[in-house]
Amino acid sequence: MRMPNSKRYYWRKSKNIVMTVLCLLSVLIAVIPLFLIFSYALSQGIGALNLDFFTKMPKPVGESGGGMANALVGTAILIGLGSLFGLPISIFTGIYLAEYGENPFAKTVRFLTDVLSGIPSIVVGVVAYIMVVLPMKQFSAFAGGVALGILMIPTATRTTEEMIRLVPHSFREAALALGIPRWRVTLRIVLPTALKGITTGILLAIARAAGETAPLLFTALGNRFWSTDIGHPIASLTVFIYDYAKAPFEDWNRQAWAAAFVLIFFIFIINLIFRFVTRGRYAGNGH
Amino acid sequence: MTTISTHTTILIRERTGGEKSSPPEGVSTGAKHRNANLGDAAFKIVTQIFAFLVFALVFVMAFEMYRGSEDSIKKFGWSFLTNTVWDPVKDEYGALVFIFGTMVSSLLALFLALPLSVGVAIFLSELAPRWLERPVSFVIELLAAIPSIVYGLWGIFVLVPWLRTSVEPALVKNLGFLPFFEGPPYGFGMLAAGIVLAIMVIPIITSISRDVLRAIPMAQREAALALGATRWETTKIVLSDGKSGLLGATLLGLGRAVGETMAVTMVIGNRPEISASLFAPGYTMASVIANEFAEATSELYTSSLIELALLLFVITVLLNGVARIIVWSTTKKFKTV
Repeated sequence: MRMPNSKRYYWRKSKNIVMTVLCLLSVLIAVIPLFLIFSYALSQGIGALNLDFFTKMPKPVGESGGGMANALVGTAILIGLGSLFGLPISIFTGIYLAEYGENPFAKTVRFLTDVLSGIPSIVVGVVAYIMVVLPMKQFSAFAGGVALGILMIPTATRTTEEMIRLVPHSFREAALALGIPRWRVTLRIVLPTALKGITTGILLAIARAAGETAPLLFTALGNRFWSTDIGHPIASLTVFIYDYAKAPFEDWNRQAWAAAFVLIFFIFIINLIFRFVTRGRYAGNGH
Repeated sequence: MTTISTHTTILIRERTGGEKSSPPEGVSTGAKHRNANLGDAAFKIVTQIFAFLVFALVFVMAFEMYRGSEDSIKKFGWSFLTNTVWDPVKDEYGALVFIFGTMVSSLLALFLALPLSVGVAIFLSELAPRWLERPVSFVIELLAAIPSIVYGLWGIFVLVPWLRTSVEPALVKNLGFLPFFEGPPYGFGMLAAGIVLAIMVIPIITSISRDVLRAIPMAQREAALALGATRWETTKIVLSDGKSGLLGATLLGLGRAVGETMAVTMVIGNRPEISASLFAPGYTMASVIANEFAEATSELYTSSLIELALLLFVITVLLNGVARIIVWSTTKKFKTV
């Protein structure tokens, strides 16, 4: 059974084993931060997470206690505004790319959405500042919503497109064969079939927007008081985390962790849902 | 799919053949037909308008930032890129310190993340059994979903103290003769920024590398294995086939690192200095915008910050554009084989 050149053979074998171990090791190292962050957020966040966190307003500088009720509402309003600006564009563009997407213009748009997803969020914040804050002469929730809306476009567009493409061709053909015009086939047959996937894709885009901080720093700015006015600065969870993390008060640091925990929890749940909904479909498609 | 479509055409033929004189209810008459075409055209145009909005958005963004930074561009010209002075009091602005900080932190991140990411990608596409591959992919995806601000928070309270008390003293002791590991261990600095960025770009490089490796035909592996190559030797062949795709993945990771803001701002120390030491605090283009934009007092100040944003925009658009084209063309090449 020995190979004629057995020394070389063992050398190759051991090299194989070493490299396999290195690959396993890199998986381990890459995954460690996730568990570190999650466990730390859990241990620090749970302590500060109580009913007050969800229902009370922030206390004045230096005082302990209080909560982030205004930031929770603020983030919800910002996400709502972002969805209002970003999602219609994304959904229609997604439909266009999926249904009429083989011409050069559509290919360019697809390419640009990919490029758009790589543009730093802080740059989008600067653009929202120039286009909204400067003309209105006022930091506002509206400006923050514009920034988040732009940031939602790449994810929402591409998932809408993917989900529509997953609808079997036979559905369209069957409907077209019945004499239904194409646009009605798209709206009445294709979209409802893909609805579950599109909805979770949109949730994914929303989750991403909810975690954004940089584009809010000089658009929505932040607010320690209760405000639901979209024409004025508004609080958000992420900007609160940023301010509280830098602050020298231990209670604030703990509250930052509590907010981070809420955020991570929200995002994980949405990712799990997305994973669950798309599981079967991608499986038949890929490997 | 093709069988079904031929089936339906046969059905249609039978129907129309049988009832030539009176079309069945619901089938469009002439007028309705025109309506349907009109509806189709309108629907296409409406969706196309929205697609055009996305198309226009990229150019509007570039144009608005160019307009916003005109003051600074006129005043400083190209010297903006080479001047190391950033002095709001004297109203003089140069970007070199920040360009340096962005470059060093991003390259450090790539240096740390690339081997790990390729390792994980190899594991996912070549080694892992299916039951293990799915959860590992999911965990890596979650890593990408964690907001930047949470990484920053973790950086401040966990990573930086750890670097200050254990890692940096150890590096000074053992490798202190290198200029990279000089000076007092603050914790906050280039090294912390590089590590946080590395963690953040690992998911991107990994998932794209995995897709690239998967796109390489099974026959390549089978051929190598049939010749008696070991798993690793086979993998090496697969890697060399996917070289350009891996380059694309790396560029995408670099693009992400260059534009990353919050996490870096929270751990890099925010001091505009150029230092060879990785322990020294630095400052990146994105961080200076995050820190100073809301408080910029003079118009030239704001304009210079917008020019930094424009610079970031151009760099990331170029990196992403080139990377996407590379990744597209490689995965496409192998798919058509």
